[in-house]
Amino acid sequence: MDIKGILKPLTAWKRAFKPPHTIEVPNKVTREGAERYRGFHVNDMDKCIGCGTCAAICENEAIKMIPINDPDKGNSGYRPRIDYGRCCWCALCVDICPTGSLEMTNEYTWVRETGDEFIFTPGIDIIGHEDKKDKGFKKDDKLNFLHLERVPMRELDPKERTQTFAEAVLGYSEEEARAEAERCVGCGLCISGCPDRMHIPDYIRAIAEGNDQKSLNIIYENNPLPEMCGKVCTRRCEFECSLGHLGEPVAIRWLKRYVVEQFDDLKKYVDAKPEPLNGKKVGIIGAGPAGLTAAYYLRLKGYETEIFEAAPKAGGMTFLGIPKYRFPIPSLDKQVELIESVGVKINYNSPVDSKKFKKIYDKYDAVFIATGAPKGMSMRIDGEDHPKVLAAIDFLKTINLGGTVDIGKEVVVVGGGNVAIDAVRVSKRLGANSYIAYRRRVVDMPADEEEIEATEAEGIPIYTQIIPLRVEDGPKGKVKLIYGKAKMVQEKEGARPRPVLIEGKEYEYVVDSIIVAIGQRPDLDFIPEDIRNKLEMEKRIIKVDKRQMTNIDKVFAGGDLANWTADAISAIADGLRAVKGIELYLSSKK
Amino acid sequence: MKEFKREDREVKLFVGPQHPGVTGNMSFEITLEGDTLTSVKTHVGYLHRAFEKLMERRLYIQNFPLVCRICVPESDTNEENYARALEELAGIEVPERAKWIRTLVLELSRLQMFIRWMGGIAGTMGLSTAPQWAIGDRDYILDLFEELTGGRIYHIYILPGGVRRDIPEGFEERVLKVMDYIEKKLPDYDDLIFENSVFKKRLIGLSKLDPAWVEEIGVTGPVARACGFPFDVRKEQPYEIYDKLDFDIITETGCDMYSMALVRRREIDLSINLIRQIIDKMPKGEVWTPLPNVLYWKIPAGETYVKTEATRGEFGYYVVTDGSDKPRRIHVRGVSTPHAYTLLERLVPGMNISDFSVTIVGLQTCPPEIER
Ligand SMILES: Cc1cc2nc3c(=O)[nH]c(=O)nc-3n(C[C@H](O)[C@H](O)[C@H](O)COP(=O)(O)OP(=O)(O)OC[C@H]3O[C@@H](n4cnc5c(N)ncnc54)[C@H](O)[C@@H]3O)c2cc1C
Ligand code: SF4
Ligand code: SF4
Repeated sequence: MDIKGILKPLTAWKRAFKPPHTIEVPNKVTREGAERYRGFHVNDMDKCIGCGTCAAICENEAIKMIPINDPDKGNSGYRPRIDYGRCCWCALCVDICPTGSLEMTNEYTWVRETGDEFIFTPGIDIIGHEDKKDKGFKKDDKLNFLHLERVPMRELDPKERTQTFAEAVLGYSEEEARAEAERCVGCGLCISGCPDRMHIPDYIRAIAEGNDQKSLNIIYENNPLPEMCGKVCTRRCEFECSLGHLGEPVAIRWLKRYVVEQFDDLKKYVDAKPEPLNGKKVGIIGAGPAGLTAAYYLRLKGYETEIFEAAPKAGGMTFLGIPKYRFPIPSLDKQVELIESVGVKINYNSPVDSKKFKKIYDKYDAVFIATGAPKGMSMRIDGEDHPKVLAAIDFLKTINLGGTVDIGKEVVVVGGGNVAIDAVRVSKRLGANSYIAYRRRVVDMPADEEEIEATEAEGIPIYTQIIPLRVEDGPKGKVKLIYGKAKMVQEKEGARPRPVLIEGKEYEYVVDSIIVAIGQRPDLDFIPEDIRNKLEMEKRIIKVDKRQMTNIDKVFAGGDLANWTADAISAIADGLRAVKGIELYLSSKK
Repeated sequence: MKEFKREDREVKLFVGPQHPGVTGNMSFEITLEGDTLTSVKTHVGYLHRAFEKLMERRLYIQNFPLVCRICVPESDTNEENYARALEELAGIEVPERAKWIRTLVLELSRLQMFIRWMGGIAGTMGLSTAPQWAIGDRDYILDLFEELTGGRIYHIYILPGGVRRDIPEGFEERVLKVMDYIEKKLPDYDDLIFENSVFKKRLIGLSKLDPAWVEEIGVTGPVARACGFPFDVRKEQPYEIYDKLDFDIITETGCDMYSMALVRRREIDLSINLIRQIIDKMPKGEVWTPLPNVLYWKIPAGETYVKTEATRGEFGYYVVTDGSDKPRRIHVRGVSTPHAYTLLERLVPGMNISDFSVTIVGLQTCPPEIER
């Protein structure tokens, strides 16, 4: 008989007097969930941008993006609604959320009377656990599904590049481009920043998948100057990239550049088949980005398009204004070649005056004016007509057309935009000791921050809070810019601080040239007076409707002379809108 | 009057499909003569979730919340296997520390499974004190999982490239505390279960295997080890950091339910020992190698079979990739398949009906892993 085996189990009785493991909820202690417990979702509405990445990773399709407010730049207006009938609390959504807005509390229980309440939009539908959100499952810096750092762009050494007009940015290698493209989560918020609504995630994905030609063709769907954009675009898209919230935005501009750079002869690779001519003709004035875009896509759609361009080359300000170290001639030529190859006729060295305008107006079924904003704005101070005061735009134009400008040894550039930056960097390359004088602070400069960095790297000083007062003759043939200092005054809360002159004290720059880069405006003198008088304007630019139509019959306008953003991609977008407008107009005029 | 024939004395019954013990839904069609079983036929299909098929339609990362459900109480083995298969196919290195943490997780998982099993086997014999203890004690390990992974049952913690989070501050001490606690309680379990004369009487000699079946049917794990076969993937083909741990394969020779029980009981000691070794030797460092963008992650075409020693035996993932962003085919080798079919069918004839559920739990069959 196994006496021990019979007695031993009875020792279990000693446990009868121990307290139970089980905790009674909620009458007794409610045990708090662990620090990283995957409890219930909370979403910070100030941070969430509605990118939908959470919904993309959710394997249970528990997340549905639903419209909450109007979309805005970088914010889809949608927010994730979670169905707790489907959710498995894996928190992959939390780990991938590019803004870190989505988190989980460490709450265990959530009791409701109806099941419907478990389909909810965290951050909008209050669940009563919001105050528990300091604990629970949160994003972790170490494990990141997102690749927050961009592949750095190789550049010429700053010292070396001030000696030359050779391209400063060197472009991505194939390996670098694929790695950079791989970072994109495909949310498409970038599109909200692009005036031209390019199909960014699609062409980036094609790069990531190693299909450059596919990418090229997606790009060409609505941009006929992609290498130009790939090099100099103001990249409004990148500022809306969801990865930019916790890291660096995808280098959308450099990726576009990479793709187009892979193809020397675009004609062979871009799938551009113009439709047969439909008998309608469109005359275009100006071969800048706006004019070229309209001409290209109108021609593809079967319209005969002819451009009249004053300069010996197409490209507009991207040829005349932008320095060659940013956008070299061969890059421009190959894109224009493709545009001409589909049948766009460009008449070079053909400035349009009022007589010619009338002829064009009579001959063509529609006219698109895209002559840009070629006139430098004035500082409106005494002595500005001094021969040593130059408009940046004229200075850059002369240099780009192969001419020379005697700027001397010491140059001050007045302004804080991209044109000012170009002018100062070109002056430096011409051997001058040049610097910038700007009204506000560096953070307020409208110039691209990468351009500002490049300028500083080249050893070019940027002086700020400077208000030009007047220009005077200086000693030994020099010129003096007399200026005062400004203090920044914030007039209203949230408003951009305004520079206000500190009265009383004056300073001066004694230099060989003063280059003024405080903005450009259109020059519409070539439009016959009778038409010009009727043409509706909005301050200094032409007023157009959303299809780029002016108030004059047949006449459309776009680009710098009709928008306030005044950059190449906005001009391209205007060109495309004009294509739609002209198509609609001409089809209604059978 | 009808003549009374032998066939008429046989009764056919269905056991299940509700949980026959604590093992999951499975149905057995048993034939009885009196209270003696003459045959059994295993039926599955009550728990089929088509995971293998579903996985073919999901991104690699999206399958983690699925694989952890393949064997509900042992999510980590599945996560580790699937992750390791992907790492092999995609050529991803796992940081050393992550491997140690993974092994820690696997052993904690094994430990809670065996503790739960102790409760289960005793429960099937009506010894309901044991399940009360076991479920309570297992919860201390689930607390550790909650702290480490954010989940008690479904951890979704082992991902390709490492583990999802580093261990929290002070976690090691808390693990050791739980180990001490469990170790202190084990003699009570021994008194209650393993040295209990009823337990012994019922299990010794029950479901005795012919050792030849082991290789013939593909029996693995504690069942094979109870027949003296030193089968243990941790030793045979060490994965993660098992080659850096000091241990011997546990075997018994009785070939019966009691030997299986003893193997599992000794495995509990071994797991505690391994957990202490891991905590003692765990190196510092990174715990994760960043993956490519998981929303678009493609793995080159290839195939692999990876295996681990689960609590029930050899658990394996056969994964085929075709260069796309989703697996082409995944086949999961659930340990219980040969145990619940062929082996059970051979063990049953002549068995008393009251020993049937004891046998199912004794083989530690897990229907979710059979059906997937
Ligand atoms: C120095 C500088 C740097 C810039 N940098 C950038 C940059 O980095 N990124 C960016 O996106 N944008 C930049 N811009 C702005 C960009 O170049 C313009 O927004 C864009 O070129 C505008 O395109 P558009 O087609 O409207 O006009 P424009 O490009 O100005 O083209 C107008 C064309 O019309 C022609 N034309 C004008 N009058 C007549 C006429 N009467 N008859 C015939 N032809 C005529 C001109 O010769 C010119 O070729 C820069 C501009 C300048 C000046
Ligand atoms: S991923 Fe984050 S930011 Fe994007 S929609 Fe979801 S919660 Fe909002
Ligand atoms: S926790 Fe997992 S299942 Fe739930 S919404 Fe997030 S991704 Fe989907």
